[in-house]
Amino acid sequence: MTTTTTPSPSTPTDLQDERLRADTGVGGAIRAGIDRIRGGDLGFLPVIAGLAIIWTIFQILNPYFLSSGNLTNLLMESAPVGVIALGIVFVLLIGEIDLSVGSVSGLAAAIMAINFIDNRWPLPLAIAAAVGIAVVIGFAYGFIYNRIGVPSFVITLAGLLGFLGLQLFVLGPKGTINLPFDSPLVYFGQLAFVPQWLAYALAVLAAAALLVGGMLRARVRRNAGLSAPALSLILIRAGLLAVLLAFAVWYLYQARGVGWMVVFFVALVLLANYALTRTSWGRSLFAVGGNREAARRSGIRITAVYTSAFIACTTLAAVGGLLAAGRLASAAQSSGGGDVNLNAIAAAVIGGTSLFGGRGSAFAALLGILVIQSISSGLTLLNLDSSIRYMVTGAVVLIAVALDAVARRSRSSHGRA
Amino acid sequence: MNASPATDTAAAPDGAHPNIHTVLSMRGISKSFGAVAALTDIDLDVSSSEVVAIVGDNGAGKSTLVKVLSGVHAPDSGTIDFGGERVTLPTPMAALERGIATVFQDLALCDNLDVVQNLFLGRERGPFRLDEVGMEVRAWELLRQLSAKIPSVRIPIASLSGGQRQTVAIARSLLGDPKLIILDEPTAALGVAQTAEVLNLVERLRERGHGVILISHNMEDVKAVADRVVVLRLGRNNGEFRVGDVSTEEIISAITGATDNAVTRRRSRGDAASQTPDAITTEEAAR
Repeated sequence: MTTTTTPSPSTPTDLQDERLRADTGVGGAIRAGIDRIRGGDLGFLPVIAGLAIIWTIFQILNPYFLSSGNLTNLLMESAPVGVIALGIVFVLLIGEIDLSVGSVSGLAAAIMAINFIDNRWPLPLAIAAAVGIAVVIGFAYGFIYNRIGVPSFVITLAGLLGFLGLQLFVLGPKGTINLPFDSPLVYFGQLAFVPQWLAYALAVLAAAALLVGGMLRARVRRNAGLSAPALSLILIRAGLLAVLLAFAVWYLYQARGVGWMVVFFVALVLLANYALTRTSWGRSLFAVGGNREAARRSGIRITAVYTSAFIACTTLAAVGGLLAAGRLASAAQSSGGGDVNLNAIAAAVIGGTSLFGGRGSAFAALLGILVIQSISSGLTLLNLDSSIRYMVTGAVVLIAVALDAVARRSRSSHGRA
Repeated sequence: MNASPATDTAAAPDGAHPNIHTVLSMRGISKSFGAVAALTDIDLDVSSSEVVAIVGDNGAGKSTLVKVLSGVHAPDSGTIDFGGERVTLPTPMAALERGIATVFQDLALCDNLDVVQNLFLGRERGPFRLDEVGMEVRAWELLRQLSAKIPSVRIPIASLSGGQRQTVAIARSLLGDPKLIILDEPTAALGVAQTAEVLNLVERLRERGHGVILISHNMEDVKAVADRVVVLRLGRNNGEFRVGDVSTEEIISAITGATDNAVTRRRSRGDAASQTPDAITTEEAAR
């Protein structure tokens, strides 16, 4: 029993423990994936499965649902609220909430419109002013949270009402400000589509980036004496991505194709993903969400972490509001109202960001908003009004949160927290 | 790195190495909270490659002493010499920068992060482009040096046992290359095997030349790894023993302040022989 097997020098440093099962190659990766899911680390599986179910049901009920034209519209509709949902991911990660994103997005649209149309500011300046106000709002949230200790739920509930009021005040008695159709923002929100050849090029570029990045990372790890994924695995993943993206591009370009707004949204998601996973700031968000006291004792300035997360959220809310204004070609009293707020939060949660803090991903916003918009689009196609839409969306949110809670229990029993 | 099993715990210091030197020397440390004198005239010395156990009953001042050393509380009076120079420790960061690392009882680890992420939390390499490979390699080096039994550094802390978590917390304290490591009740919540693992770890810290302060309630652990035992009672020094020449009863009597106490009475019911007269003499000598 006491004989220790001396690992051969070729064994990577991180695989020398004899208790570890070696999961190498493609088969190993599949086995490890199954283990993770059994252990309650569901990742994106529930949301992708949910999306597949929703698409199947709506396609059966209405054959137009999965048509190129409808999917093109669905993607364009997803982008504005998706950007807002991306901001929500940041605050959920630190275990807080922002209920005011709808109002802030509406306020940003109003400020941009009033400065752009009524005050005749140049568009970039009007946009900068709107985003700047949102940054100030996020900073104020952080300040109140850190210094006075009001829970974020209450601060942002006050913000929900207060900034809705400010939005109505800014818009004044007119209530609606129309944006001219020849303005770049409206063009961006409605008509700017990526040329087909460029869409294919972007798809190939994405797959190539995954391939080259994966190979470089594998080489660095191997040189450092650590285990690395096999080349076949990297090739398969990059190949799958290439096929998937190329098919999507081919299918969408049966209709109008992919809007620049969608590309912008996806780029923001990728940027946020980098910030969350590859920077120490992102790491500190996870740490604060997981164990605030531990983060504090590690020397992380947690007040700065809270403030930065609130700022990220309100800023992205403003950007989402501006995109929505471009899409609707107006800023109105109803901008950012209605279900924008709850759809954004629901999207982040459906995508797999835990309400308990410390778990989540930027891709949660992308996948979550696709689910929300699919339900919305499908029910509209069936001529069902918003009453049904609210009820169905409510049920989906409940299922998503219940799944999160169940997975959490399973994780703790499998020791994955 | 494997320690020979014959290494006698009590025999390590005392000029075995020429480079043994005093790491920490506290003189006349006092600290009160309002009318309560938590520490009165405490003296404490720790050498390199030495494990000093601080024992005492609840309220004896152990935690306050640890907090003074880790920079949480400033002492009201007294001096602290660390590494040959007089120092003040106004903040936890200052203590850490001087080379005093404290592993608190609750460990302060993030359950949702993996071992590497926890080890480097707050001092990641490459803030805008994390050097994951470099950090992982360093993490393995550190854990190998401690002969830690952790199968993978890429699994969340939540999936580790209590002993393994303690190991990670101690490894994290070693990252800054401290001269003195304070372990607050490291074995309090652990099972038999895990306790043995942590005690091995403490011995390894000593072999590496660190000074170690071990706070513990468990006399067996103290006898197993400590070189010296410092007893606190009601905020004062109440005896200091070399572990080699003291019995558990003597330590306990110094902790409780009397030879006739609940613990000794209970023992004497079991075997009358253990109630030895020299326990009394040492206790008196300690006064």
